[in-house]
Amino acid sequence: MTNHPTRRPTYYEELRGKGYSRRDFMKFCTTMAAYLGLQASGAAQIASALQKTPRIPVIWLHFQECTCCSESFIRSSHPIVADIIIDNISLDYTETLMAASGHQAEAAKAKTMKDYHGEYILCVEGSVPVANDGVYCCIGGKSAVDILQESAAGAKAILCWGSCACNGCVQSAKPNPTSATPIHKLVKGKPIIKVPGCPPIGEVMAGVLIHMITFGRLPELDRVGRPKAFYSKRVHDTCYRRPFYDAGLFVETFDDENAQKGYCLYKVGCKGPMTYNACGAMRWNNGTSYPIQSGHGCFGCSEENFWDNGPIYRQMANFPGFGIESNADKIGIIAAGVTAAGIAAHAVATNLRKKKLIHNLVEEGKEAEKEL
Amino acid sequence: MSTLTHKLRRVFVWELPVRAYHWLNVLAIVALCVTGYLIGNPPGIMSQSEASHRYLFGTIRFIHFVAAYVFFFNFVFRIYWGFVGNKYANWKNFVPTNRKFFKEMWQVISIDIFLKKNREHISVGHNALAGFIYFFTFIAFLVQCITGFALYADMSHWWFADAFIWVSGIFGDNFGLRNWHHATMWFFILFAIVHVYLVFYHDYVEGRGEISSMGGGWKFIEEEQFEKEHKED
Repeated sequence: MTNHPTRRPTYYEELRGKGYSRRDFMKFCTTMAAYLGLQASGAAQIASALQKTPRIPVIWLHFQECTCCSESFIRSSHPIVADIIIDNISLDYTETLMAASGHQAEAAKAKTMKDYHGEYILCVEGSVPVANDGVYCCIGGKSAVDILQESAAGAKAILCWGSCACNGCVQSAKPNPTSATPIHKLVKGKPIIKVPGCPPIGEVMAGVLIHMITFGRLPELDRVGRPKAFYSKRVHDTCYRRPFYDAGLFVETFDDENAQKGYCLYKVGCKGPMTYNACGAMRWNNGTSYPIQSGHGCFGCSEENFWDNGPIYRQMANFPGFGIESNADKIGIIAAGVTAAGIAAHAVATNLRKKKLIHNLVEEGKEAEKEL
Repeated sequence: MSTLTHKLRRVFVWELPVRAYHWLNVLAIVALCVTGYLIGNPPGIMSQSEASHRYLFGTIRFIHFVAAYVFFFNFVFRIYWGFVGNKYANWKNFVPTNRKFFKEMWQVISIDIFLKKNREHISVGHNALAGFIYFFTFIAFLVQCITGFALYADMSHWWFADAFIWVSGIFGDNFGLRNWHHATMWFFILFAIVHVYLVFYHDYVEGRGEISSMGGGWKFIEEEQFEKEHKED
């Protein structure tokens, strides 16, 4: 290795050391530039940044989660994605993938936090339970709340991986027994990027990291803090079944002819029209497929409260406060029926109670008619 | 019986802009409710034609968006007219500003709902209760416009609709936004049912031209009542 002992190696140096050719490296940069939606010169910008920038240390915390975000990340289409971040380059601490364990691991984390104070990127996977002093999630004798606050203090930026960290996901669905709380409600005064999804797309996760490495700043975020490059469009807007939607051709049940023909899944509960994500454009597993392509509607995993906005297989959400199976239309139709009945009763009552008045009006009119 | 004969006096109540607003509003609301309901509950169509030859749902949505703009700007115009129109169009008809307003509201409730038989005269324009309920409809208009444009914002390239993008933040996501937008539609439907019934009811028990007033703008007032109010002024 040609590295100066006091200088941290750059990403490129680490990759070459791991046996990647320059050709592999350039392919990776080009792929990333395309995902990020950069112009043609973007690939060169990324390549240049990765050759010059010493690796940025990453601490990756796991709280209330299922590790699907990590799984998604290590399966992103280009092998370098996993290697560059996870394998042995940048990741100083992650419970799932690190070699060290116990006190050694905790010591490694503490060292990174001390040595690179204000420089490291904190990735958080999972929500944080705050009920009962946070006893519902403890690692190494500390509660998740404490670990988060401690790690966030010296972080350059916080990346919230997945719906758990971004909005609480399933564990914060009603009644949320552990008071599972998303990161942005617990940490203030730090740049926070939300990368929601259950899990988010691996390439999206890699893209966000690469953007931060290349440009040294946060990607452009939307109104709720998600990178615009990946979350500015609804799944519906990039859906290949959209023409069927516009034509009014819908799957009625999952086993009908329309489903076979690949019609729009809107009526069987596809939440694509309300969900912001890049699934339609980037797809999953090396661009193989995504839920809608597999014949199942999107259920909005990257949206806040998606568990509480059920049912999954119906387009209309249950209306809060009226029990299950009570969408707005059912309540509306009942209300209209009650109103109509009320009106009928009122009309009858009017004719009885105001008989004299109406009679006089009629008589008056008839009189005038005769006189004319 | 001739002693009972009412002598009626003609009053020009609804000016042309008010009537135009009313009927344009009717058209827009009918179009919005019908297309809105269909968007929430698309009809099942079995068709042999290719998707490329059809644009049914796209057309339904297009009508919804056009009607929404008509509805919104019509509403804005009506607010403007509430400041420059005649006294029956004035905004004070809709906002309770004095005790007389509440007194008349109670009067209308007792006559129209409890069907009491008092013969006190009720305003020739909007009665107080109607005016106050219209105030709530304006709030429903506002809710519908705000939630509607917020849902539309991401399809729009016009700053005006885009300006509503923040609304979905209040609901957390577009699910809740959409649900409330859809539920509020039912307010319009229930309102329309009651509104039309009450117009017939008033025409029936008062005989002052309630139904036709939205056509020509004329209503009729008893001569003695006219003299009385004239003196009061």
